[in-house]
Amino acid sequence: MSRQVYLDYAATTFTAPEVVSAMTPYFTQSFGNPSSIYSFSESNRKAMGIARQQVADVLGAAKEEIFFTSGGTEADNWALKGVAWRNRSKGNHVITTKIEHHAVLHTAQFLQENGFEVTYLDVDAEGRVRLEDLKNAVTEKTILVSVMFANNEIGTIQPIAEIGAFCREKGIIFHTDAVQAVAHVPIDVKAMNIDLLSLSAHKFYGPKGVGALYVRKGIKIDNFMHGGGQERGKRATTENVAGIVGLGAAIELTESRMKDASSRVGKLRNMLIDGVMKVIPHAKLNGAPVSERLPNNSNFSFIGIEGETLLLDLDGAGIYASTGSACSSGSLDPSHVLMAIGLSHEQAHGSLRMTLGEETSEEDIRYVLSVLPAIVERRRAMSPLWEDFLKNTQGGK
Amino acid sequence: MYSEKVLDHFQNPRNVGEIENPDGVGKAGNPKCGDIMKIYLRVENEVITDIKFKTFGCASAIASSSMATELVKGRNIDEAWNLTNSAVAEALDGLPPVKMHCSVLAEEAIHAAINDYRRRKGLPVLEGKEYDHEHDHAHQH
Repeated sequence: MSRQVYLDYAATTFTAPEVVSAMTPYFTQSFGNPSSIYSFSESNRKAMGIARQQVADVLGAAKEEIFFTSGGTEADNWALKGVAWRNRSKGNHVITTKIEHHAVLHTAQFLQENGFEVTYLDVDAEGRVRLEDLKNAVTEKTILVSVMFANNEIGTIQPIAEIGAFCREKGIIFHTDAVQAVAHVPIDVKAMNIDLLSLSAHKFYGPKGVGALYVRKGIKIDNFMHGGGQERGKRATTENVAGIVGLGAAIELTESRMKDASSRVGKLRNMLIDGVMKVIPHAKLNGAPVSERLPNNSNFSFIGIEGETLLLDLDGAGIYASTGSACSSGSLDPSHVLMAIGLSHEQAHGSLRMTLGEETSEEDIRYVLSVLPAIVERRRAMSPLWEDFLKNTQGGK
Repeated sequence: MYSEKVLDHFQNPRNVGEIENPDGVGKAGNPKCGDIMKIYLRVENEVITDIKFKTFGCASAIASSSMATELVKGRNIDEAWNLTNSAVAEALDGLPPVKMHCSVLAEEAIHAAINDYRRRKGLPVLEGKEYDHEHDHAHQH
């Protein structure tokens, strides 16, 4: 069989076999409803308690501060809407950034439709929020600041501790969407003054469809899911017990491997970046320098080529990656993140994200580096944009 | 997502390249939307004897360019004018709804090249069907 190289770990990871093993009994044997009081369900209640502790330990939180959700999107929705609704008498102003995931951006837009004012902070050319901009945006009406921990497209890590310290001093609730960061980079919600944090299991070798929201003790937010008394009355619906067990097992496993994994993956990622930048003319690395981005993230722009074309050619070679081009997302505009860091439409349409993970090997990277330059060259040769670009750069301007 | 034909024309596009001293050149699309098509014509005795294209865009844009050039090659210039976007899409065994504008782009690029030829010949420029690209996009998504 021909080679298959999965380089889209930021989209989702496989579920680790150890995690699947931990989950299995909760489908077939321990299937009791945790809300049932008989002893049969006791093991499920216990298992959820262990998972809650596993999540809390990784974040530096207390068990009682962890609430399970259906994933990162629900956690983001709950955080923003929950804070907004609870605090609307105190103010109607929310601050977030232009590079958030749609789970935050579209929720913020929904809040705008419901009488809230939202400020979307700019970022610098490497995708970083400037603390000064945040300070200038705060008003007496600001009730919430939501800044992602690390960006999903370009991997830039935000100055979360500084933002947290500032918000705490001002008495403003601080939420961070840490879906890309949890178990991949160190997080301490206490030291970083984080009030709310969203996470999702399938980004760290856990199952899809389960996540959590950390809510610092003392922070009051309105409920989002109404119904039964699960999650201490904060989030109704019969618990996804197997998923929750998987979340706990995955976060513990990935956290325990963090140091080794990030140095191994970081080296391979650097090899990929160095190789691409050396071999492919006029390649651009999007995002921050390697020391300030997620260890597994790379994002390039190849002027003259459209991203979907790249993805399909790579697919043909057994390589699975992602793009910020509009053509793949089905919308008119290319990635809002790439536009926010100041890329031209042409550059944003020609972007390629490759995110590495547990099973990425040096051979994989060598293979990508042996295949990608020829693909770029071939597609550029049939691109009128590339022709124009060459004329302009070689015209001695 | 794509038909076999689209993938074939994407992977092995026909008539890629440029024509030196062409009898007509046309361009359609813009980088903002992520696709630009450029068509070169060689016309002898009112017949398109050679045609080449260069396209920046997604797979369906490249496949549409390739198919459109195949469809008009060897045709009389007036016949070629009547090539519609739906004929291009049909010849490709269909395009996903969000990608239909790629076939529109092919029609427009060929029209632009034919009009360039007519201009050079001192013939009156023809009016193509008008497409609203922004509108097109907005409704498809």
